[in-house]
Amino acid sequence: MLDLAKYQSVGAALKDALDQFANEVCLIEADRDREKERLTYRQFQERAHPLAKALQYGGFSAADRASIIMTNQSKWLISAYAVFFTGGVLVPLDYKLTPEEQWQLLKHSAAKVLITEYPIWRQLSASQGRAGAADLRTVLVTEAPANADLSGAHRWEDFRSTAAQPTFVPRERQDLACLVYSSGTGGRAKGCMMTHENYLEQCVALTSIYPFWPGVRYLSILPTNHAIDFMVGFFGPFTCGAAVVHLRTLRPEYVREAFSKYKITYVSLVPLVLKNLQKGLQARFNELPSGKRKALNALIAINQAFTKSHPRLGLSRRLLKQVHEPFGGELRAIIVGGAFTEPQTLQFFYDLGIPVANGYGLTEAGTAITVNDLRPFRADTVGKPLPGMEVCILNPTADGIGEVSVRSKTVMSGYLNDPELTAETIVDGWLLTGDLGRFDPHGHLQLFGRKKNMIVTEEGKNIYPEDIESVFESLPVKEFCVFAANYIWPERSMVGEQLLLALHLEPGQTFTEDLRRDISARNNKLLNYKRIHGIVLYDSDFPRTASMKIKRNVLAEQLAQLDRAKAFLPL
Amino acid sequence: MRTLEQTTQEILDLASKHFNVPTGTLSPDDDFFKKLGIDSLQTLEMLSRLENHFGIELPDYEVHGVSDFRTLASRIQSRL
Repeated sequence: MLDLAKYQSVGAALKDALDQFANEVCLIEADRDREKERLTYRQFQERAHPLAKALQYGGFSAADRASIIMTNQSKWLISAYAVFFTGGVLVPLDYKLTPEEQWQLLKHSAAKVLITEYPIWRQLSASQGRAGAADLRTVLVTEAPANADLSGAHRWEDFRSTAAQPTFVPRERQDLACLVYSSGTGGRAKGCMMTHENYLEQCVALTSIYPFWPGVRYLSILPTNHAIDFMVGFFGPFTCGAAVVHLRTLRPEYVREAFSKYKITYVSLVPLVLKNLQKGLQARFNELPSGKRKALNALIAINQAFTKSHPRLGLSRRLLKQVHEPFGGELRAIIVGGAFTEPQTLQFFYDLGIPVANGYGLTEAGTAITVNDLRPFRADTVGKPLPGMEVCILNPTADGIGEVSVRSKTVMSGYLNDPELTAETIVDGWLLTGDLGRFDPHGHLQLFGRKKNMIVTEEGKNIYPEDIESVFESLPVKEFCVFAANYIWPERSMVGEQLLLALHLEPGQTFTEDLRRDISARNNKLLNYKRIHGIVLYDSDFPRTASMKIKRNVLAEQLAQLDRAKAFLPL
Repeated sequence: MRTLEQTTQEILDLASKHFNVPTGTLSPDDDFFKKLGIDSLQTLEMLSRLENHFGIELPDYEVHGVSDFRTLASRIQSRL
């Protein structure tokens, strides 16, 4: 691995990695069962440099911003490298957002360059949101059909200059490396300003516990715009000479096949996918004849006994060969993130000799804050703070539970264009996470719900009520407001979180079936994971500020007086 | 060549069979996440079944954001 302490920037570290590991494979890209691409670090460099040079010819220079909106594929990483090489700031956006949401964030970030895929550009270019994106000068589109109308964009494949080598543009540790949006598509945009130091320090901390080396293969399934995949599916493996495997489809059958085909070492999953894997394995076990099932249970028990203090991968692979073989036999750990994972799921895999690197983090903190070091494995916690992380519990109650706060070189420098929100979030150098937790006597962090008004789905999506409220605009009621149910009625739980719509009807108005249908129809316009789950009727005026904004915290306190069991009407 | 109506009906029949829902209880405008109580992964499994049935390949991006049978049918129809 490169000694990252010596580096000033993500670009400088990646540049050296490409030279140092020139002959190692860095990328494999497969579409279903067809391998489309296999690149060494040298070949990666040969693809990226002409793109970097063309960007420079086009006037892209230090601190300019370039956004990538792409599914996981080799061109994502090649483009990102070209941006860092030229001293730019990367703005990775979620390809699953609507075109209007993507335009909103493109405008907020003031991106000059957009790199995207043809199907995404087709929707973006047709969207009304495009109007007013004055900063955007260059759009590069990958994989466009030969006769496609590119609406002013350039073909990524043709946008290259081989006339001369590009000039590497150095950056300092405190300079901005990425703008990562943790939310704000419908309301207040939260563009986390991540510095080069944030990434360099996070990479050192994570790889000290979960190392990469040449020959390691990481299966990239989480979107690369997600902080976790950016770190463990790009920067981490690249600075260690490891390889990243991209799949162009997330169909479960091809994901399963990829494990054995590419002898995967690490994979990152969201809890939903992990649970699906568990379900599949459980079904396989249940189909075994009674004798074989008993034998399997006995082997699991032996494995449990031998792995109590720490994992023994070799032993587990021999003992439970029939379980490990479908995973390729090389799997060292499944990294799970993006949302809270239920302890029984984590335990299920550990008992089979497949460690799950469970942790806790948020974009603002530079990915991970705590991680399970597996010594011993603990399914009931989110692990211990990573090296370099100071974590404290603010204002703890008698049972030790309070707000988790973090101080570290990995914490973002603030929210773009929002000093007020930055000042509320980072106080005296401590990042207030809005999550509730406590430390156990062994220094492991346990989580107990949230203090903030938001939910995280099992797919790892952060949903803020403000971001989805616009769909209910002009609803024929006096006033409405969306809340996370857990914000009103705290449950000290991180699973099964729900959103609700609080309604104040007009005087004399009743809650009719027509109104319910109207709400349902609007709700269905939202992506499935963003939808509200129920309605709460409230018969008083919502408290408001002088500028007539709803005082959400005060309204939440008032709604909390209602009995949830009676007040919450499932939609 | 199937008509859009035929394609839609075949999708409804296959979804009913795959998720053990009585035939005739699904309709084109149903939100399949809600009506079938399925998550995004189960949707991908359903798509694989549909691809096999219709003999096509449907890239993941084509079905991103789609949650009703009618829209799904039109995406499939365009590839038949």
